[in-house]
Amino acid sequence: MDRTIAIDVSHLCKTYENHKAVDDLSFQVYSGEIFGLLGPNGAGKSTTLRTLITLLHPTSGTASILGHDTVKEADKVRTLFGYVPQERAIDRFLTGREHLELLGALYHLTKEEANKRIAELLKLVELEAHADRPAKTYSGGMKRKLDIACGLLPDPKILFLDEPTLGLDVPSRMRIWDYVRMLKARGMTVVMTTNYLDEADQLCDRLAIIDGGKVKTIGSPAELKVALGGDIVSLTVKETSRLGALASALKGQPAIRTVNTTENGLDIRVESAEKALPAILEAANKLECRLDFIDYHRPRLDDVFIAHTGRSLRDAAPSAETGE
Amino acid sequence: MAHYWQEIGALTMRWVRRLSREKFSMLFTLVQPMLFWLIFFGNLFQRAADTQVTQAPNYISFLAAGVVVMTVLNNGLAGGVDLLFDKENGFLERLMSTPIHRSSVILSRFIFVMTITSLQVLVILGVAFLFGVQPATGLLGIATILLIGMMFGVGLTAISMAMAFSVKSHGDFFSVLGFLSLPMIFLSSALVPLAAMPGWMSFLAQFNPMTWAIDAVRPLILSGWSEALPHVGMVVVVMVVFDALCLYGGAKAFRRAMG
Repeated sequence: MDRTIAIDVSHLCKTYENHKAVDDLSFQVYSGEIFGLLGPNGAGKSTTLRTLITLLHPTSGTASILGHDTVKEADKVRTLFGYVPQERAIDRFLTGREHLELLGALYHLTKEEANKRIAELLKLVELEAHADRPAKTYSGGMKRKLDIACGLLPDPKILFLDEPTLGLDVPSRMRIWDYVRMLKARGMTVVMTTNYLDEADQLCDRLAIIDGGKVKTIGSPAELKVALGGDIVSLTVKETSRLGALASALKGQPAIRTVNTTENGLDIRVESAEKALPAILEAANKLECRLDFIDYHRPRLDDVFIAHTGRSLRDAAPSAETGE
Repeated sequence: MAHYWQEIGALTMRWVRRLSREKFSMLFTLVQPMLFWLIFFGNLFQRAADTQVTQAPNYISFLAAGVVVMTVLNNGLAGGVDLLFDKENGFLERLMSTPIHRSSVILSRFIFVMTITSLQVLVILGVAFLFGVQPATGLLGIATILLIGMMFGVGLTAISMAMAFSVKSHGDFFSVLGFLSLPMIFLSSALVPLAAMPGWMSFLAQFNPMTWAIDAVRPLILSGWSEALPHVGMVVVVMVVFDALCLYGGAKAFRRAMG
């Protein structure tokens, strides 16, 4: 893969009245990759993104896009990217085509250029048939498609997607994922924020896990999982009363790395499941803690998330936001 | 420069489209000041108001200037509403992330609000004409009225936009708006001349820029140039100061909100 740096974020800090939204954040995005910013709400993803799109000035540190500083060369930077905001930033009274025409003028395209590109984009997102209806008649998925078409209108080298599938149904999510993969195939660099683990896992070439305004870890989903090493043993118990005792009994054992208590069981990171399983079963027997279910797997992205932030993304995100 | 006009043209067109798609709301916006104030209020007080006090042939002709400036007031104060919605649903962010001149969105809004207000003022003068009010200063006088309206409107729209950029929720925006509008009207010479007001009210009303605007528009409608000119001169000075203050505050609020 091309290792040209498309985006360089260096020691970025953003403070709001004593609250550090972003705290010494650094990462780089390579040309042509899909880069994910993964974290719960309030982790600093949106603040980082808004800095990159030149709408926030960092308290300290810098961000640059294709070598242009987002503060000093904001005008230049704004010509380089397309942006798909998190909210359905749609004017309900305008038609889909009128949205694109408006943006065409704002990117200073001539009428011919704009019309050509608009026709292509409407086809791409399959909105041709609905292009001349006011956006208030669109479904959620159609609005999202229009959002994406708006982001692509400047034919950007870099596309920023803020929570692209938040609140969409499963088929619409799949559709959006297809678009993103297709854009990557065309050579576009895509930066997206998400609080969906499966989305980050499936879609991103590399991702940064962000929590509390800091980068906790960075790498490809596969790298992150391998780096975690070992296996994860998950078990659930019949009665949770003995769970605490079992957890503390396991914590000292040599084959066991960490023990994380879940709602009605344990997630145990171990060197190797084959070696650890007998020890776990023995400990459970000794404590007369009856197991309901036991299973082991290679680390998944949620295990990576838990290992680096100390909590699961489900717990960290408000429930209203995680519902689909 | 060509880019600048392209942006402003497209953004202004959007406001026009929005208004034209909201036919009901458009009708209501246009008709409300005439219906409520000029026709109902004007006719209601036709005999209750003393022409000795109003110094006008009848109450409607006295009120016409007030309704004109009230329309400017209400349109101006509401001028930021659409930007408030744009801010809340992320549309403003989308616009501001494009390579447009930072002032284009705001400028398009000024152009739109001023145009709509001017049209409304013309309609109001037309309705007043049907009730027998003939502007004493003719077409040039009407042009002067429009100019005064725009000078006042710019400052008001700037206040409204500053509020739109500063408020936390649109509930706050509308409560402040509701709180501002009526007192501004009552504490001005729109409905009653200052001389006929209780002392404390006329004292407050003379600091109201609206009073200055009305005192210039009224002689343009009722009396003629010789009486109107000194007031027109005064209101231009007052409005330059008023606009400068409002635009300064508006620019500050905008920069704070948009980085």
